[in-house]
Amino acid sequence: MIRFEPREPASLPRLILIPVAAAVIALALAAIPMMSAGLSVFEAYGLMLTGAFGSPFAFTEMLTRAAPLILTGLAAALAFRAKLWNIGAEGQLYAGALAAVAVGSGWIDAPAVVLLPLVVFCGAMAGGLVMLGPTLLKTRLGVDEVVTTLLLNFIIILFVQMMLEGPMKDPMGMGWPQSEPMLDNAMLPKLMARMRIHGGLIIAFASAIGIYILLKKTVWGFEIRAVGENANAARHAGIPVTATFIRVGLLSGALAGLAGVGEVAGLKGYLTADISPGFGYSGIVVAMLAGLSPIGVVIAALFIASIFVGADSMSRATGVSNYLADLIVAMALICVLISGLFLRFKIRFTNNKTVEGAAK
Amino acid sequence: MSDILDILLTANFWAAALRIATPLIFGVLGALICERAGVLNLGIEGIFTAGAMAGWMAVWLGAGLWGGVLVAAIAGGFFGLIHAILTVPLGLSQHVSGIGVTLFATALSYFTYRTALPDVSSPPRIEAFPPLNIPGLSDLPFIGPALFQQTALTFLALALVAVTAFVLYRTPLGLAIRAVGDNPSAVESQGLSVYGLRIGTVVFGSAMMALGGAFLTMSAFDAFFFGMVNGRGWICIALTVFASWRPGKALIGALLFGAFDAFQVRLQTEIGSFIPGQIFLMMPYVLSIAALVLVARKADYPRALLVPYFRGQR
Repeated sequence: MIRFEPREPASLPRLILIPVAAAVIALALAAIPMMSAGLSVFEAYGLMLTGAFGSPFAFTEMLTRAAPLILTGLAAALAFRAKLWNIGAEGQLYAGALAAVAVGSGWIDAPAVVLLPLVVFCGAMAGGLVMLGPTLLKTRLGVDEVVTTLLLNFIIILFVQMMLEGPMKDPMGMGWPQSEPMLDNAMLPKLMARMRIHGGLIIAFASAIGIYILLKKTVWGFEIRAVGENANAARHAGIPVTATFIRVGLLSGALAGLAGVGEVAGLKGYLTADISPGFGYSGIVVAMLAGLSPIGVVIAALFIASIFVGADSMSRATGVSNYLADLIVAMALICVLISGLFLRFKIRFTNNKTVEGAAK
Repeated sequence: MSDILDILLTANFWAAALRIATPLIFGVLGALICERAGVLNLGIEGIFTAGAMAGWMAVWLGAGLWGGVLVAAIAGGFFGLIHAILTVPLGLSQHVSGIGVTLFATALSYFTYRTALPDVSSPPRIEAFPPLNIPGLSDLPFIGPALFQQTALTFLALALVAVTAFVLYRTPLGLAIRAVGDNPSAVESQGLSVYGLRIGTVVFGSAMMALGGAFLTMSAFDAFFFGMVNGRGWICIALTVFASWRPGKALIGALLFGAFDAFQVRLQTEIGSFIPGQIFLMMPYVLSIAALVLVARKADYPRALLVPYFRGQR
């Protein structure tokens, strides 16, 4: 018989130790699929480690992969703080990428100081507007936002495909469904010569700090946390619950939209319909590993990014499917969910008889 | 207008509608009984994928078609058990746990498929379920030909609607399942185990969801493709609300959905290429959102849905 006793707010070492333990357990569990695929486990871990950290190039690739994960992680963390279940970061990312390409690929030409902020702003707005729909449906009509955001992902990706095969198709694209390239002065600057690492990472870091300040130091942040704790109590306390949901929805969608901006205006330079390998869904794992803390999101995103980049490299060397990365990431989510119990509760193993005896 | 009537009045059209509806019937039934017991199961999308992969692979390895169905159900039950343990005794967020199970089941299915078949370019095929001819039923006018084109799994889905409705409304077990989703402490005061009922229901419901996946690889198609579930699980979650958690309405909802989908495919071939194909492909998702919005105001959620229960709590 297991009993859960609520505990005092957890200490900082505990807050850090427990998700780290979850991540380590998930990595250890990955040995099972590795062995079943016939890999030598230590060799595989070694390949993953060098794949993510073994060279300056590997390290910058890992950081490049982390940029969108930080932003989708923040999108999930912020929304989940208010118990607004935005599972639509994937679609919002595509909406942001589509808007960035629409504005930045020749529709208007302007110096980079004007055009680049405009591209970033439009991408964020597009993501935010996509999330506004499900948020309004929730606050006005009580429609569950989980299902609407999930379904919107499919609708938006189909919409992007439609645009890329139709009005936004690159006439010079050899028939491939891809957009026209971004103008040079609409591109985020590269951070290092000969590497792919780009300004999207700066946007991601800045967003993490911004969301940290928002949650910790502002009235809006207080309201977001209060709504997340107990929306009814917050309403009775005079907190504008509906307005808070709408703010959170817009901001959460905008963060995911920025992830899309980074991918087209920082990394690829044009848009295809497969620009995201599930960054939106991985962002949920990032947010949960981070305990919904904005600074934690940065660390968790670096961890998840190193698993993806490491597994890609391991896969190229051994021929074992890189779906292993998705498997590790999913296991990390389940492990961190379980380990979260050790933060919220003291777990007591009690003798059944004594409990029943006490009841009598 | 007469064109539209022509489409609606063919047995072929209704056969297609029932075929599209079949995996949704399994999925909505599974989602519905989980939610009736108070547990939202967003693992459904991954459980569909796992059922599709496991069922197909079992047949491919020589287990036989019904062996494959059984393996799919067991796979679904396994992932359902993970979700049940996380959400029932551990009381974790049903939303996040469900997404976790979907990510896990999907990744495990894809990884297993790729590991077993590292370098095939075209997916290997199996001998899928053949259309089932039931003497008498197949001779009925109009309905007969529509039913005649269906496989055994469609009849299993229809039978499960009746069985689920019967168990839910006519047996003590069904009463207990419905009560545990509305007022768990009342169930405990009757000396029944809230945890046992919820875990058992989620495992069984997840096994039913997996059959929806198995239908895709063993009846609708004869191979496994990446991304083949394509949001069907989420559509089932929407249809569950639309069906007000009732098996009969779930059948009607799934059939309406199947009819609409079959209709738009035929409309697409009639209209031709004036409208981009993606608009038609979006329709199922748009329709699901519309269905949710339509019933949102009067949706009567099981009262203890999403609420974890801890023993001895009042």
